Amino acid sequence: MKAKHSVELIHDKCIGCTECIKRCPTEAIRVRNGKAIIIDSKCIDCGMCIKVCRSHAKKATTQSMDRLQDFKYKVALPAPSLYAQFKNQENANVILTALKMSGFDEVFEVSRTAEMVTDYTKKLIEEGKLKKPIISSACPVIVRLICMRFPSMVENILPVIPPVEVAAIAAKNHMEDQGIPRQEIGAFFISPCAAKNSYTTNALGIEASQIDGVISMQDIYIVMLNNMRHIKEPEILLQCSDKGIDWAISGGERRGVELESAIYVDGIDNVIKVLEELENGQLQDVDFIEGLACSVGCLGGPLALVNGFVAKNRLRIIERKLDSLPRRVLDIDESRIPMDFTKPLEPTGVLKLDGDMAVALEKMERIEDIYSGLPGIDCGACGSPTCRALAEDIVQDNANQEDCVFTLRSKVKELAGYMMDLAAKLPQTISDDKKE
Amino acid sequence: MNLHYVILKDDFMRAGEASSNLKKKLKQLGISSGVIQKVAIAMYEAEMNMVIHANGGVIDIDIEPQRIYIKLEDTGPGIPDIDLAMREGYSTASDQVRDLGFGAGMGLPNMKKNADMLRIASEVGKGTTVEIEVML
Repeated sequence: MKAKHSVELIHDKCIGCTECIKRCPTEAIRVRNGKAIIIDSKCIDCGMCIKVCRSHAKKATTQSMDRLQDFKYKVALPAPSLYAQFKNQENANVILTALKMSGFDEVFEVSRTAEMVTDYTKKLIEEGKLKKPIISSACPVIVRLICMRFPSMVENILPVIPPVEVAAIAAKNHMEDQGIPRQEIGAFFISPCAAKNSYTTNALGIEASQIDGVISMQDIYIVMLNNMRHIKEPEILLQCSDKGIDWAISGGERRGVELESAIYVDGIDNVIKVLEELENGQLQDVDFIEGLACSVGCLGGPLALVNGFVAKNRLRIIERKLDSLPRRVLDIDESRIPMDFTKPLEPTGVLKLDGDMAVALEKMERIEDIYSGLPGIDCGACGSPTCRALAEDIVQDNANQEDCVFTLRSKVKELAGYMMDLAAKLPQTISDDKKE
Repeated sequence: MNLHYVILKDDFMRAGEASSNLKKKLKQLGISSGVIQKVAIAMYEAEMNMVIHANGGVIDIDIEPQRIYIKLEDTGPGIPDIDLAMREGYSTASDQVRDLGFGAGMGLPNMKKNADMLRIASEVGKGTTVEIEVML
């Protein structure tokens, strides 16, 4: 599975500091020629580098609103996080109408299809065919993390497509039923998430995604705010209930699944800790794990506008108001939506030092040898995140011993020693008057 | 290649570090995930035993093309009845340790289940040596 990451560098803004290389959970970034470079095969799109870059030199690859022009008919698939981005606006229909007015012919909430995924998951759990603990497949970052770093748990990943994919298919089916040719429909995810973009170009568990573009919530915000001022009577576009909206918050999916021994974990470092424990044979009693890369959940995604903790509270208020709002009921024919994975997920094997184990063993010995000569303080000045990473880079011919500032300085000291030595000795042929 | 780890008594902060370290190396060597899982579980339980019951100890690991061999040696109190210790649910963990969530009595049985070879030699008052082998 060749991953194309959806995080890119704004070249001119990068100052080549050590912030992102140190915070990347998969050590996928190096500084070369004064700029950060992401190693494509190791990036899992968590967006941590976007969050920590103080020069704001990292951004998520998403489509601009111009992309809508490529399609005759456009449908917006809002993430449940979108509801929480607007201060003092608690009417979901107003928000959805403002979204539709931004250039769409139809709006299909991802929170609606999240409920479908919950129901389908419960059905699969009852059938008893899933390997426990079941790990949610909703967060593409966690799926990529497992394929890269925890290959023994790839089979535990729930083999069901994520809610946004279901929404794209359901929306297109719905519009096709109204006589619109499918290929003229563009389905756009309104996203808090950096990772969904690479998901659409390199789908997980299926051949290809039916999502045509990912629009950052930050890019559509102002347009929607302006639209809201012009709404006298909102259209009735709301379909979902609070169960679906809850998916935006860490624990929402787990709550829907209604299993007593289910846990939810947010924040990529926390998820890694839990997966390590799982790998060690701990967590024997856990049946279901909802893992999310962003703290608070999708509400805390890098493309959200509002602080995740504030947004969480707003979302609860919106959920409570839902019952008082008029809603529409669109019949979704589930038999026309293939919910299961059609392609098995595969470990990427990117951690391997070499395809040949004997060579890998030999490389590992050399790495240990080089590492023992490095200072071990992980300063990052060489452009690698840790001394061990530098040792690996050196063995893989991606770096030099002298990249280490400390190694370089001790060599300079050695050199200075020789020079002092030489300076103290002048040839005997020169007369004593000429010697200093 | 050889690896050597020193485990300190009651060091719960670092408990499991040696296992994590070994796991990472095995993944870098491209060893199959089935084997890694067996090694991970067997080694983790053995390492925890060292922290909880013994006075810490040393771990020596041999990674060879056909097998992974792990030897854990401690100078702890020793195991008086090894067969009893191997029984599921039997534990001599202190209350303090149980409060931390350990001591369910599944450590040795889990090790036996996951190792291709498990050898325990112990002398009360002297110490214990555990040898684990997982074939590739």
